[in-house]
Amino acid sequence: MSLTFALVGNQNCGKSTLFNYLTGSNQHVGNFPGVTVQKKEGILLKDKDITVIDLPGIYSLSPYTSEEIVTRDLLLRNKPDVIVNVLDATNIERSLYLSLQLIELNTPMVIALNMMDELQASGGSIDIKSLEKKLTIPVIPITANSGAGVDELVRRAKTAAETGQLPERIDFCKGPAHVAIHSIAHLIEHKVRQKGLPLRFSATKLIEGDDLLSAELELTENEKDIIGHLTTELETALDTDKEAALADMRYTYIEELCSETVHKPDESIAQQRSVKMDRYLTSKYFAIPIFLLTMFTVFWLTFDVIGATLSEWLELGIAAVTDAADAGLTTAGVSAPIHSLIIDGVFTGVGSVLSFLPTIVTLFFFLSLLEDTGYMARIAFVMDMLLRKIGLSGSSFVPMLIGFGCSVPAIMATRTLASERDRKITIILTPFMSCSAKLPVYGVFIAAFFADNRAQVMMFLYLTGICMAILSGLLLKAFVFNGQPVPFVMELPAYRLPTARNIGLHMWSKAKDFLYRAFTIIFLASIVIWLLQSFDTRFYMVEDPAQSMLAQIGSFIAPVFAPLGFGDWRAATALITGITAKEVVISTLSVLTGSGDEMVGSALQTIFSPLTALSYLTFALLYPPCVAALAAIRREMNSGIATLCIMAYEITIAWLMAFAVYHIGKMLGFN
Amino acid sequence: MDAITLNNLAIGQKATIITVGGEGILRRRFLDMGLTPKTKVMVRKRAPLGDPIEIFLRGYELTLRLDDAKKITVQPEEV
Repeated sequence: MSLTFALVGNQNCGKSTLFNYLTGSNQHVGNFPGVTVQKKEGILLKDKDITVIDLPGIYSLSPYTSEEIVTRDLLLRNKPDVIVNVLDATNIERSLYLSLQLIELNTPMVIALNMMDELQASGGSIDIKSLEKKLTIPVIPITANSGAGVDELVRRAKTAAETGQLPERIDFCKGPAHVAIHSIAHLIEHKVRQKGLPLRFSATKLIEGDDLLSAELELTENEKDIIGHLTTELETALDTDKEAALADMRYTYIEELCSETVHKPDESIAQQRSVKMDRYLTSKYFAIPIFLLTMFTVFWLTFDVIGATLSEWLELGIAAVTDAADAGLTTAGVSAPIHSLIIDGVFTGVGSVLSFLPTIVTLFFFLSLLEDTGYMARIAFVMDMLLRKIGLSGSSFVPMLIGFGCSVPAIMATRTLASERDRKITIILTPFMSCSAKLPVYGVFIAAFFADNRAQVMMFLYLTGICMAILSGLLLKAFVFNGQPVPFVMELPAYRLPTARNIGLHMWSKAKDFLYRAFTIIFLASIVIWLLQSFDTRFYMVEDPAQSMLAQIGSFIAPVFAPLGFGDWRAATALITGITAKEVVISTLSVLTGSGDEMVGSALQTIFSPLTALSYLTFALLYPPCVAALAAIRREMNSGIATLCIMAYEITIAWLMAFAVYHIGKMLGFN
Repeated sequence: MDAITLNNLAIGQKATIITVGGEGILRRRFLDMGLTPKTKVMVRKRAPLGDPIEIFLRGYELTLRLDDAKKITVQPEEV
């Protein structure tokens, strides 16, 4: 019999560690339809009949964030066979707050009490038997890091799922709340049954003013009035409002429950250790230097040492394979167009993208280290002030910073952000951070035109990118994401040692994700560019790239750039090929000017003046990122239309800014 | 001592929450994270740039912004 386990719990409760332990690499990471919320599914390693779903980390089932909504929808509609509620034993009070809402769902449920080793090491204990009896569901102590207790957890969850054993209704409400919940339950019972929804859950959520549920139940005005009246009675009786009344009811029950079953020190050993570490890591004077040093080290190791070396090796490997294929095709006497398609189109295109892979994998090694240890949350805490004005929180700082290295992993790193709004805004802003692939373009132009002002031009470009990100953030905040943001009320988890399994799986999942895109969307894009580059409009293969369709398109759109000062068709064509990878702008310009790599600088001087060169660089800085980054945007935004809108926006910004640079420069007397 | 808002609570000082304000998702978030009336809290520190703050409650560490902390009133404990 095939069964579905749904893992539900707070952020930082060890849910993903448990998921990784249960499923190993048998997991599939996707998105919930229509939102950017990640959905992870896997097959249990030890039992192929059991599917495990890892739901987003949430604190409540109130329908405010998209994470909460998708979790709720999945639990209510797809009804897993059993809910495995993962709790952090060292943080049991707050964890149980979600449990009390899950119990109301009327679905078989077990509690996995994680981090029991840490609690015990801190001198704490939990009376499991008594907790089980009071909650009327199985409670299994586990340590997800080592796997202790996990077999027992699976066995009990399986039994609960197979027997369909439900939590016996627990009444953790008293007095006025009890009266209100039960009266409303009575009132809506027939409608709730028709819809197949859990009764008690519906009643409490209606008191809390849950509009989604109210709409789904198609309540009549009369019923709404009665519910409103009962709620007001509750509020008057308790002298508070409905939301506080129910939160207080749950926490009061939890406090009683814990006082009878849990003995734990105020702070666990890990927490005490964290407080000590934070004396430096988040201190007034050391926090920012430590953070900068950390990020510098990560960048240096990723882009200069490890990632770069691995990339070189991979490039050598790809070159060897390409040469072998080239020779093979020649020997086999394959026709010239096919030969060119395979070598110049597919191998070169996908090969150049593949050489990103080591950088991405290395970067995600460090990122999961920062995330899993708990340091990432501290970075958010320390840097929050800087991003607040543009409607983001400190959590977006690291992804945006990575954007200066490469937009692809930067965009992929937004997955860990806690709110959908923050993820989307960060994805849109990140490409404005000038990535390292644009450096060769700046380098060649600066050498040719600005030998005396190298640093100033470089500064100008980087700062323009950052300013455009800030401006875009303000625009998005004012016009697109103008609802109430998810507040920055975030747990700072205790520092913990990461596990090799978690880090390995994280790297593997990012690599897989990227490879998939390299061989689908990027593969297609390479072929299209190759076609345009190699054929003329009558589909004859061209010798001279100036005759190609691409050059024709370049000539066709060149007038669009004339107001920016660079109406030359070669400049326009290079911008199009630049979409495959930014450094290609230079190689295209060198091919089209017939100058070769050595002489490209002096050839550029025939096309550009210093001012139009600056305008061109400004455009190259701001216009849509490379196809690998666009594919990442498409994947993380989970929407092709949104991706097209972002591209249109970037083209507009790039055009306007280059226009401004050119005309202001001209007014100031530059040329 | 008189009741004050959480943003004005001195570092290291303990207090008991009296009321939790805010609206919509912010208020919901406060309550869900365990910031309910009668809960004991302590301000651990301020971030290096002065904002947000880190508080300790219900056995865990939570960070929130000063602007949001203004919406919570607390009764400081006598020292």
